[in-house]
Amino acid sequence: MGELRLMKGNEVIAEAAIRCGCDGYFGYPITPQSEVMETLMTLRPWEDSGMVVLQAESEIASIHMVYGAAGAGKRVMTSSSSPGISLMAEGISYMAGAELPCVIVNVQRGGPGLGTIQPSQADYNQATKGGGHGDYSLFVLAPASVQEMHDFVVLGFEMAFKYRNPVMILADGVIGQLMEKVELIDQRPRWTNEQIEEISGDWATTGKRSNRQKHVITSLEMDSNTMEQNNLRLQAKYNRMKDEEVRYESIECEDADYIMVAFGSAARICQKTVQIARRKGVKVGLIRPITLFPFPEKIIAEYATKVKGFLSVEFNAGQMVNDIRLAVNGKTQVEYFGRMGGIVPTPDEVELALEQRFNN
Amino acid sequence: MSVLTERINEIIKPENLVYAKSPLLNDDAMHYCPGCSHGVVHRLIAEVIEEMGIQEQTIGVSPVGCAVFAYNYIDIDWAEAAHGRAPAVATGIKRVMPEKYVFSYQGDGDLAAIGTAETLHAINRGENIVMIFINNAIYGMTGGQMAPTTLIGQITATTPNGRNADLNGYPLKITELIAQLPGAAYVTRQSVQTPAAVRKAKKAIRKAFEIQAKKIGTSFVEVVSTCSSGWKLTPVASNKWMEENMFPQYPLGDLKDSGRADADLYRIKG
Ligand SMILES: Cc1ncc(C[n+]2csc(CCOP(=O)(O)OP(=O)(O)O)c2C)c(N)n1
Ligand code: SF4
Ligand SMILES: [Mg+2]
Repeated sequence: MGELRLMKGNEVIAEAAIRCGCDGYFGYPITPQSEVMETLMTLRPWEDSGMVVLQAESEIASIHMVYGAAGAGKRVMTSSSSPGISLMAEGISYMAGAELPCVIVNVQRGGPGLGTIQPSQADYNQATKGGGHGDYSLFVLAPASVQEMHDFVVLGFEMAFKYRNPVMILADGVIGQLMEKVELIDQRPRWTNEQIEEISGDWATTGKRSNRQKHVITSLEMDSNTMEQNNLRLQAKYNRMKDEEVRYESIECEDADYIMVAFGSAARICQKTVQIARRKGVKVGLIRPITLFPFPEKIIAEYATKVKGFLSVEFNAGQMVNDIRLAVNGKTQVEYFGRMGGIVPTPDEVELALEQRFNN
Repeated sequence: MSVLTERINEIIKPENLVYAKSPLLNDDAMHYCPGCSHGVVHRLIAEVIEEMGIQEQTIGVSPVGCAVFAYNYIDIDWAEAAHGRAPAVATGIKRVMPEKYVFSYQGDGDLAAIGTAETLHAINRGENIVMIFINNAIYGMTGGQMAPTTLIGQITATTPNGRNADLNGYPLKITELIAQLPGAAYVTRQSVQTPAAVRKAKKAIRKAFEIQAKKIGTSFVEVVSTCSSGWKLTPVASNKWMEENMFPQYPLGDLKDSGRADADLYRIKG
């Protein structure tokens, strides 16, 4: 059993990063996630593990610092909130194109524009459909607890290096600010140069030795045929993720007539709604996608032939509902309920929406 | 051994050799236009890295601009940065591998327009990197549009009647700005249009790399450069135009060589 602590979601991101042997964090302050860098600066990991922490001049600079350091085979990360992630979009696209591993945390707030600093899930499309330019996908994890904020930093770095792809932890202001009990992993050492050589020795910019070709981190390719091959290689990688890495939690779905689909803090509210509805005699279940990309489309497709309807519950205007509709492919009714602007609905409100949408 | 090298060896006997191409430069034909300064500066960087024996420790950061393919020519590890972000990319590399030599290589649009924030802040942090700045007063790669360093009256694709200060602002002397920053250890402005200038520029680049090992801040080498295609002049006429028009606006020489002294004024004592 690891060390148990009562911690805030944002603080645990910092703690997990240090403990899993992260080499560097580059970021820029923005509510509701500034505690990530503040915690790191207070813990001063550069004195112990040797992890670098740097406050950059902008999110643009942050992501390109991540690009440079990730290109050297290091485990590096950044965190921000919605407007900051928009600024990073070009850099994230470059990282996807150059196939660089990294962890990017988005503690979402409401938009568009400067919007609100209250919680939101309005960046679902941005996170799961790329967000920047070009055909690419991030590996997207949606934590629903402080424990998962911790676990997904560790898992995120694992996935980032397994697939040489940027990983996004798509959290929201609720999870970022929430205090919960969390079990921490024991401190792991940062990778040694020898380990980096073993893991990323065939591409990282660690300095060209006479026994190997030079390494170049780039997303540029002028030859159309080669570029198409690069695109196909990326798509094959995303398909591998779809085959092997889908993660979700399914709650009381076996006998359900209706299934709600919700991620992050919306799923916690829906868990309560399941109980309320079942007390009223309505058989309701919940699928909580943990990976938003790859999306758990197979399990949704399987239930599509068994249930009377799906309700997508999101803190946005209805974004994930489109992925559910694609998975369901017309086989059953798919509805959406959500609140925006930083408003978090109550479990009863969701239950009422279920009744209204499906006329029970 | 390439056919070219064989032929050269037939003609030039080792005992007569006065100059050779650095082995760090490969035999690929560079994509630069005739008369372009980029190729000369590439050569100087390759020579300095070779002479200092730091090939295995050096990582270059290429820009978006005509030098985007710098990584094709010099045989070291490279990261190709997004437009303007080379100083941030170099910062990331250097911070996680402080024992390496890291340099960025950027044009005027990259360094002094879209990437101004990254440029000033990397230097203001005193990142222990070398920054090479190719100032050709134009956007070479995209077809000769106005750059922040374009001269008043200079005709470009986006200033067809010449740069007009009322409409387009003033030529940006970013190197003078940079020299004000405590994080800058060495700031110099060079050129490569004559053999003498090339030798001086090489000395400056060498000094910049040597300063990096001392960890006393950023070294910044501007090279006032030609873009014969963008300027629509022959290579020879370009050199003349540069000397007559660019040098008065961008005078050559060291702007700062204070090492750590400047930064020390701000350091917390104790
Ligand atoms: C975000 C972004 N904006 C614009 C461009 C288009 N672009 C490519 S190079 C360039 C200007 C390059 O000029 P400079 O930095 O002076 O380099 P030179 O080619 O003159 O050496 C521009 C505007 C781009 N690639 N990316
Ligand atoms: S366009 Fe200008 S900067 Fe680009 S290669 Fe040609 S001469 Fe050099
Ligand atoms: Mg230029």
